[in-house]
Amino acid sequence: MSAMPFEDFETAYETLATAIDKAGPEREALFLTRLALVLGHELGDIAAYRKAIEIALDGLE
Amino acid sequence: MRPAGKGALESLYFDYPQFAARRVPEQDGAAARHPVLIVGAGPIGMTAALVLARYGIKSVLIDRKDTFNDGSRAICIARPSMHILERIGAIAPFIENALGWRFGRSYYRGEQIFRLEMPQPPGEKYLPMYNLQQQYIEKFLHDAVEASDLIDMRWQSELSGIERHTDGVSARIASPAGDYRLDADYVLAADGARSPVRSMLGLRLKGDNYEGRYVIADIRMDHDFPTERRAFFEPSGNPGGTVLIHKQPNDIWRVDYQLREGESEQDAVREENIRARVGAILADIGHAKPWELEWWSVYSANTLCLDDYRHGRVVFIGDAAHIVPIFGVRGLNNGLADAENIGWKLALVLHGEADERLLDSYSSERRGATLDVFANATKSTRFMTPPTRGWRLAREAALSLSLKHEFPRGLANPRQMQPYTYSESPLTPYAGRDAEFAGGPRCGSAAPNAKLADGSHLLDRAGNGMTAILFCEGQPTAEQSTLLGQLGRIDSRFVPVLVSSRGSNSDAKTITDSDGEIARLFAAAPGTLYLLRPDLHIAGRWKTPVPDEILKTTSLCLGSETP
Repeated sequence: MSAMPFEDFETAYETLATAIDKAGPEREALFLTRLALVLGHELGDIAAYRKAIEIALDGLE
Repeated sequence: MRPAGKGALESLYFDYPQFAARRVPEQDGAAARHPVLIVGAGPIGMTAALVLARYGIKSVLIDRKDTFNDGSRAICIARPSMHILERIGAIAPFIENALGWRFGRSYYRGEQIFRLEMPQPPGEKYLPMYNLQQQYIEKFLHDAVEASDLIDMRWQSELSGIERHTDGVSARIASPAGDYRLDADYVLAADGARSPVRSMLGLRLKGDNYEGRYVIADIRMDHDFPTERRAFFEPSGNPGGTVLIHKQPNDIWRVDYQLREGESEQDAVREENIRARVGAILADIGHAKPWELEWWSVYSANTLCLDDYRHGRVVFIGDAAHIVPIFGVRGLNNGLADAENIGWKLALVLHGEADERLLDSYSSERRGATLDVFANATKSTRFMTPPTRGWRLAREAALSLSLKHEFPRGLANPRQMQPYTYSESPLTPYAGRDAEFAGGPRCGSAAPNAKLADGSHLLDRAGNGMTAILFCEGQPTAEQSTLLGQLGRIDSRFVPVLVSSRGSNSDAKTITDSDGEIARLFAAAPGTLYLLRPDLHIAGRWKTPVPDEILKTTSLCLGSETP
């Protein structure tokens, strides 16, 4: 996976936070799932996608 | 189940015959030994009897019932099954009565998100799918059974015991006309999902059960829509559950709907609830005219099978060997392929033309097909009945994205039945030869068809033993003729089919492929040889003939040599 410059990543972080609020608590799970499918498709790399899912799952407490 | 006040066989469109129990020679002390006893006269048992009859093998076919199946159940016949029906001489009434189709639509919240289009190559003789109620499938097969002198059909005859010996099987049969013992060389158990033969042998199906349950309801209505498969995800007519709609002959429509989570099955199958749910679904698809309720049932998806389909002289076929989810229409179609697979092998063994070890390949080939079905069916079942919150959420995300985006739409593909490829089979020892070809059908796959100049089809030329399709220029070379002669000596049923790029007046049997269309379909050059088995699967293909390999493959298909 190629990392993005920190400034862009910060923008990604802010955009995601705003979008979760926009989706609202009722639809946040659906929104995040849709987002994950869209990103997976855009990424075009199943190994990188699996790794991303592992990283996100690891340490969920 | 049927509406209140109606008998179990009181149908709106089908007149059930009633078959009497007959007095049979065994009851008068005759001790004839039969080559094959087939237990269960459903579509699979009758097809097995007809495949054996095609080879001149006699069978006794028993069924404990006195008539056909009580409902429409399996309604989709796939193209490969049409070829089987053709080979057993039963195809005509199917073509006349079944509704052929190749398209489907999937909707999410009322909007179309997927267009199913099953391929229809120009050379094919049959459409990818045909809809016909199971009672008709059984009736048409039974008409062919009745017309055969080789099949001894015994209704109201129930297997009550079975004793296995190394060289045969003794069966106890109970009938209103008296109980008797029947001896046979082989038994084909085609006695369905709850197979008594399976229980008597102490065998159990293994695998998984799925949670989601569906009601299947048949209704009669005057409804203007082509024969297509329609799938509705999250429809307003059945909130929280998927709906499928199929057209059948006689203005009968199949409505399948998923029960909601936690919904009681007992409540769901009560007539007033069936009527209310079907009514809401019909309102949703814009059908405002009256409709009549014919029959309904409930099912949940399972992927279950036996570890081994053959136990000595007892061979399991159809649902007795495996239970597959309904999505993708594989139950009937795979059962028919089982019947044909064991049918040709057993016939050749009983004629002494093949060694008994040929039968060993039945279980590995057909169980392999079942496991392949499970892999596909598990995917479609998880989509049709998402088992957990994770699967539900992922499906909702994919379906809702499908409204505006192309990429997730394939997930709604029902993955309809495809014939299995026997590339791993011991009867397909030279699958590596595929590497020599730039395209064309792979080793182990079902042969494609081609339309010939006179309107007939390439596969019409195939025999009931091994068939070689040899591509040549004009006439075969001397080496090729020698090879064809050797094949004819190994297999007395062998049929050579010559496809020539140049016209030849000397031999009317040679197919002239002047525009090269057949050669392109098979990615063939002059000298290319395809070897087909009796079930028209490709046993091997060689860009240029390798006689040793071709002869050895033929021998293996006759069970006469170990690999």
